[in-house]
Amino acid sequence: MSQAGKTLFDTIWNDHRVNDAPAPDGGPDTLYIDLHLIHEVTSPQAFSILRDRGMKLRHPNQTMATMDHSTPSTPPRPDGTYVIENPDAEIQLTALESNCSEFGVPLYPLGHENQGIVHVTAPELGLVQPGMTIVCGDSHTSTHGAFGALAFGIGTSQVAHVFATQCLLAKRPKTFEIRIDGALQPGVSAKDVILSVISQIGTEAGTGHVFEYTGSAIRAMSMEERMTVTNMSIEGGATAGLIQPDEVTFDYLQGRDFAPQGPDFDEAVADWRSRFQPADGVYDRCVSFNADEMEPMITYGTNPGMGMPVRDTVPDPADLENKSDRLSFQRALDYMRVEPGKPLLGHPVDVVFVGSCTNSRLSDLRDAAGLMDGRKVNDGVRMLVVPGSRKVKAAAELEGLDQIFLRAGAEWREPGCSMCLAMNGDKIEPGQLSVSTSNRNFEGRQGKRGRTVLASPLTAAACAVTGVITDVREMM
Amino acid sequence: METLTGPVMFLPIDNIDTDRIIPARFLITTKIKGLGRHFFNDWTHGSNASENAKILVAGHNFGCGSSREHAVWALADYGIEAVVSTKFADIFHANALRNRLVPVVIQPEDHERLVAALEADPASIVTIDYGALRLTCGSIDLPFTAAISEIGTEESETPGGEELEILLGQSRLIDDHEAARKARVNTLGGR
Ligand code: SF4
Repeated sequence: MSQAGKTLFDTIWNDHRVNDAPAPDGGPDTLYIDLHLIHEVTSPQAFSILRDRGMKLRHPNQTMATMDHSTPSTPPRPDGTYVIENPDAEIQLTALESNCSEFGVPLYPLGHENQGIVHVTAPELGLVQPGMTIVCGDSHTSTHGAFGALAFGIGTSQVAHVFATQCLLAKRPKTFEIRIDGALQPGVSAKDVILSVISQIGTEAGTGHVFEYTGSAIRAMSMEERMTVTNMSIEGGATAGLIQPDEVTFDYLQGRDFAPQGPDFDEAVADWRSRFQPADGVYDRCVSFNADEMEPMITYGTNPGMGMPVRDTVPDPADLENKSDRLSFQRALDYMRVEPGKPLLGHPVDVVFVGSCTNSRLSDLRDAAGLMDGRKVNDGVRMLVVPGSRKVKAAAELEGLDQIFLRAGAEWREPGCSMCLAMNGDKIEPGQLSVSTSNRNFEGRQGKRGRTVLASPLTAAACAVTGVITDVREMM
Repeated sequence: METLTGPVMFLPIDNIDTDRIIPARFLITTKIKGLGRHFFNDWTHGSNASENAKILVAGHNFGCGSSREHAVWALADYGIEAVVSTKFADIFHANALRNRLVPVVIQPEDHERLVAALEADPASIVTIDYGALRLTCGSIDLPFTAAISEIGTEESETPGGEELEILLGQSRLIDDHEAARKARVNTLGGR
């Protein structure tokens, strides 16, 4: 098929549209789903829908289940079993197990070598490949767009639709190019890139759109860095974010468990190369950024768009035109207990969390460990390091990263979402301030009345050492 | 579905995210019903919600964040039938329609007038006329848009039940599509 006049998004959408002609009057198309990822929180009600109607799951083998959100991050007992303190969490985990066995879905349960945060596990197993459509009852499904796959979060009733038909009804979104050219300066990482983009376009800019990240700064990134970027597409309002697959993508996939093997792999690469050439299509919207000018970022408010370079001063709500905007902005600053016009540098930190599907891969842990090596976590700061998956944990331990963290006085924990959403008991206390490598600084996200500052693993590690908000470049 | 009228729950805060609507620790459930009691559980600023409010008037950009359909279930279980804002996040918007919760979209300048009226008298009665696509509150009478045509006509016990029927009705098309693409789909089977 010719690529003329198409974006990567167009190619994938058209390739998966089940109805021959596009739906008329902006109505929904029927979209075929190649891979369905599920976890314990958003699937039980969907399984109930199937059961109530006496239906089967159409393709259990295009479905992958793991446990991540409500799993404990404390080590197992000597017999390999886990202490799950909340009885409701235990019910939810058990429900996933019995649902998966009833409907034949492959499951990587707690303790399995492939278990981990669903968005960390699926790519590292090689399940995520260019040109696929991927859904999950989870908004950070956008992560998988780093491979040039169209991946987005869905609600639980749609989880049931995909279970039953391997398809869903979806309206064709518009496309939005986020172009980032230039080179990142030392101390500035992929997380800073995406926080910087969102701070400039806002959290609703992407509504109704799919992002496509282009430009030399994106091309220069590793797959893990690209995943950090696409992961936070939803924080910019877009349900999906795509990156053109290239040699970096193919190299990453080679040899992974579920990637094609041997001659099949070469054939697959040839196919990907020919089908996903650089697009010559037109995007509905475009914005450009210069990576050279980007700095380490932190957030100061209660949504991911309220971010700024770490040395800046907190913006003043008085500068906003609209009254309702002013009130909401002021309310966020009050909640965070920060003052307009003042810097956050030097502001005391209670907790540091390195983890989540944004920043819990091996390269993130290396970044943080590199800075912590030979240093100590500041007195009065609690630092948790939670690898994204069991595979990441094992790889990090092989390199001795766990020892660096432990020597520094940090906690080295079991894989899962943990304090990203504080569902498993890992949480901050009311009023505490946490510097977190996760993706959401919403009120109460990490614990009731807790205050969250989003940052990169490098910045988080620097803050753990100094005990205050810090510009990591001063410690490198 | 013709008109909805009554006192409102008034939360003129921008970017109300789904974590605010229902915090994650209440997602430890395997059921749909019963989430209403956790709705806005951690809301620290107290809303002046009238007990029997069926309409929620919010600030700009409602429902961003997590894809949890639980947020819609909680609103519906609490008794909310329509949410008024200037913009809705995509996943929330779609989830709402599937559960017969109406996202009512008004223009920013109209929103400002409505908020001012409700600030002056939070007990004001708001009427949403779905036929005329007008929202009234005292002397204010403004237009709105809502994807009403996408809301199913039948009361279905299954959220998204009608869409499921449409998809099941396309099984031949889906079979054909699958047969044509089979070679390219990688599965978890056999390994
Ligand atoms: S790590 Fe956080 S954002 Fe990612 S899937 Fe888990 S809870 Fe969601």
